[in-house]
Amino acid sequence: MAVDPSYLDYPLRKRGMDHDHYTFRRHGEHPRMVWPGGARVALWLVPIVEFFPLNMQDGPFAVPGGMGRPYPDYWNYTLRDYGNRVGLARVFRVLDARGVKASVAFNARAAERYPYWVDQTVARGWEVMAHGWDMNHVHRAEWDHGFEGSLIRRSVETLRRLSGQPVEGWLSPANALSDNTTHLVAAAGCRYTADWVNDELPYEMTTDSGPVWSMPLGHELSDIRLITGYNQRAEAWAEQVIDAFDFLHHEAGEAGGRVLALPLHPWVIGVPHRIGRLAAVLDQILDREGVWCATGAEILDAARGSNP
Amino acid sequence: MADLPWPIPPELQAEDPDLYYFNPYLDRPKIEWPDGARVAFWVAPNVEFYELHPPRGPARSSWFRPEPDVLHYGIRDYGNRVGFWRMADLLDELGITASISLNVAVLDHFPEIGKAMTDRGWELFSHGVYNTRYQYAMSEEQERGFIRHVAETIHRHSGQTLAGWLSPALTNTPRTMDLLADEGIRYTLDLFHDDQPQPVKVRSGRLVSLPYSLETNDWTALHTTGGTPRQYAATIKAQFDQLYAEGAESGTVMCVPLHPWMIGYPHRIRPLAEALDYCMGHDGVWHATGREIAGWYLDHYHDAELSRLRGLAGDA
Repeated sequence: MAVDPSYLDYPLRKRGMDHDHYTFRRHGEHPRMVWPGGARVALWLVPIVEFFPLNMQDGPFAVPGGMGRPYPDYWNYTLRDYGNRVGLARVFRVLDARGVKASVAFNARAAERYPYWVDQTVARGWEVMAHGWDMNHVHRAEWDHGFEGSLIRRSVETLRRLSGQPVEGWLSPANALSDNTTHLVAAAGCRYTADWVNDELPYEMTTDSGPVWSMPLGHELSDIRLITGYNQRAEAWAEQVIDAFDFLHHEAGEAGGRVLALPLHPWVIGVPHRIGRLAAVLDQILDREGVWCATGAEILDAARGSNP
Repeated sequence: MADLPWPIPPELQAEDPDLYYFNPYLDRPKIEWPDGARVAFWVAPNVEFYELHPPRGPARSSWFRPEPDVLHYGIRDYGNRVGFWRMADLLDELGITASISLNVAVLDHFPEIGKAMTDRGWELFSHGVYNTRYQYAMSEEQERGFIRHVAETIHRHSGQTLAGWLSPALTNTPRTMDLLADEGIRYTLDLFHDDQPQPVKVRSGRLVSLPYSLETNDWTALHTTGGTPRQYAATIKAQFDQLYAEGAESGTVMCVPLHPWMIGYPHRIRPLAEALDYCMGHDGVWHATGREIAGWYLDHYHDAELSRLRGLAGDA
């Protein structure tokens, strides 16, 4: 046996990254982030509104939350749809009761089917973010460049039409991308993407259509990662969110503003036995000094203001 | 050993790796660590680079999802951008000298990480070139060249002589251990059969198997078993308590293997700090590097133990 000699050749082994999407920047060597009012932690809440079609087909991988059982998989379809009927209502109520805002990420198809939630988001003055077409359209390498570009454009334009907002933020369904996705997101007029989960602060990326910012909507503290992925209880999620907040609040004291981003899947966090943990977590965080609850666009503006 | 086909067919597979002797823990010569310590305690962070588009190797794909697997790439890249620096601060705070399981390409991609490690006097040992390039299926010549290339890279960047080896993504050929010993590597971490150092049966030279761990490994604790950071801290403490108690009779080894891309998060770093502080706070703990533990064992125990075990097994 022997491996192909190319397997022992390393053409991209040089200083920096092995791609051109962004450059290396170590934590601590970014500009000091200054948040409004001198806040220490920007709290970015991101409810995620998804449409999982009953007839979704096998994609490049098993999409978390997808139809895992034979058609008609009412079990999974209705559990996801529960989030768009009941769970999201609970999330909105919890946020309303505390006077905090959110960036709500919509699959374009979810927004078309349930424009009610777009209206509710807009009426509150919250941000509408793009979350691709639907959960049956996870982006993939096989997609033709033109097809992917038109799908991204159509997704963003659908949300712009329904919300009347500029729709500047993007999150790919299931965090799945092709090599073209970030370029095409910028081409569709988005200012930021939350796909790259490699940092805790905003940073600028390079695309064929000019710069786009990476926003730190991490995956490791997500309800879907901890509760549905690792089968942890909501109490464990809450404990980790508070530990993260405490750590960031402390770090920010010396090093400048930090971001605590919480993806919130209404079909996960919005069930009766879990929603109380979201409420309790927000109460604990909002009880502290130096918390600025903001949308992604607002955090980005403040980050760019910190980095003229 | 003649070159094997890949995949290795069942008729050429052995039922036992034939790398060590049976050696029941109940009945062994005593190991004494420096200053009468009970436990040799070492911390082994894996500093890694996963390529966005690795070449397809002969074994499995390097990624969980079809490429580009941006989600998992991002999670790992976080380790070099954020997690590494936070972990380094923590180890400084606790006075821990790390032994780094290193994908050596990190030294080329991020010289600032290389400098941060060598400035601290951390040991650099091999975890291959990239974590997306596996050791499977290499010919003897290729595998020997790979080992030499890693040793040369570490020496060029740090001046250190390579002493330890954890195969990239824990991938091996049946001849890996022989080649490591041939090339002067002193310890391997690919075998999980013991809580004390053990001689490895190699065709020439000497090689010791040091206890690493998949139990106190953050990847296992936090990802594979889905535990919380506080549960992970409790695991580290419980593992330590037991090895510390047993170490009163004969020295044990406890390793805490880490990944900056797992442990560097704001919700995970403090529970880890508390657990490491707990271990370091005991008397009778020899805080050492892999090189030091292997060196002590090779200098004081390896040869006698290998002879004893050979005798018991009736080996010439």
